[in-house]
Amino acid sequence: MTRLNTSSNGHGDHDHEDHPGMAHDEELGYYALRARAMEALLVEKGVCSPTEIQNMVDRVEARSPADGARVVAHAWADPEYKALLLSDPEAALAQLGYSLPETTPKLDVVENTENVHNLVVCTLCSCYPRALLGRPPDWYKSFSYRSRAVIDPRGVMREFGLDVPAEVEVRVLDSTADLRYLVLPRRPEGTEGMSEDQLAELVTRDSMIGVTEVRAPESARAG
Amino acid sequence: MTQYSGQPDDSTVKYQPGDTVAVRVDNPGGHFRTPRYIQGQTGRVHKLCGIFPNPESLAYGGDGQPAQPLYRVEFSQSQVWSEYAGPSSDKIYVDIYQHWLEPATAVA
Repeated sequence: MTRLNTSSNGHGDHDHEDHPGMAHDEELGYYALRARAMEALLVEKGVCSPTEIQNMVDRVEARSPADGARVVAHAWADPEYKALLLSDPEAALAQLGYSLPETTPKLDVVENTENVHNLVVCTLCSCYPRALLGRPPDWYKSFSYRSRAVIDPRGVMREFGLDVPAEVEVRVLDSTADLRYLVLPRRPEGTEGMSEDQLAELVTRDSMIGVTEVRAPESARAG
Repeated sequence: MTQYSGQPDDSTVKYQPGDTVAVRVDNPGGHFRTPRYIQGQTGRVHKLCGIFPNPESLAYGGDGQPAQPLYRVEFSQSQVWSEYAGPSSDKIYVDIYQHWLEPATAVA
């Protein structure tokens, strides 16, 4: 039960205990309180230890879309790596130093091509490749996105500024079960001379969910 | 332990990529991972994703056995949504556990 009173205050590494007069400041909302209560019960019943919970939090917080971007850029630069990423994502990620923990749901990578555009949603909750990309954006968890992404994917993408041509097949992937999806976006034209690091800078979180495409930098588009 | 209809007997893989399957309509009560909008729809097995412990058992402290083959099933968007606005070639893929699927004949 100790965690109820210590470091986990819902504000990341910001510790209220550090500020005089704020030690007893309770601003927790309903869901934060519920999460704390569940956490305390899991510990009390011996399902997991506070350290294990903190390790998992740290692991997710340590990942961000920059990690996915690195993987995407490497796949663009190296066709053999791309083939491995599509056929055996876990082996491909391990090559770049990302070892997914056993408890992580399996990852599948789907490739956008000139004929196919993939879009990822979880209609049941908020399944997302957290082990690679970290936490999902808030809109990904909204009822609006979760319902509209399946019924009107093209309309949703237009709101993100992407108009997918009618001749391109849109594939919505609903991650309802034991797999998580990463979209491998198309490499934009005009990026031929760019280094892998420069390419990674272009790859956005949204393009790896599929609501947008990766755009070449202004300088490359101008020509 | 919650009983539900369609309780799986074993873990044998029954479907192959390309097979036409129908998603059962069911309301087992409690936790299940087959969205309502896809129940009753007919699709095509795209691939076998693996064999996983049954989440309907895991959710209630069960051992998830018998584990269930999980398939990525492809559906035509315009077939799933009668007022779908996009081209008829658009698809939706849903991962579905075997005990939610039944053999079906291809739709015209």
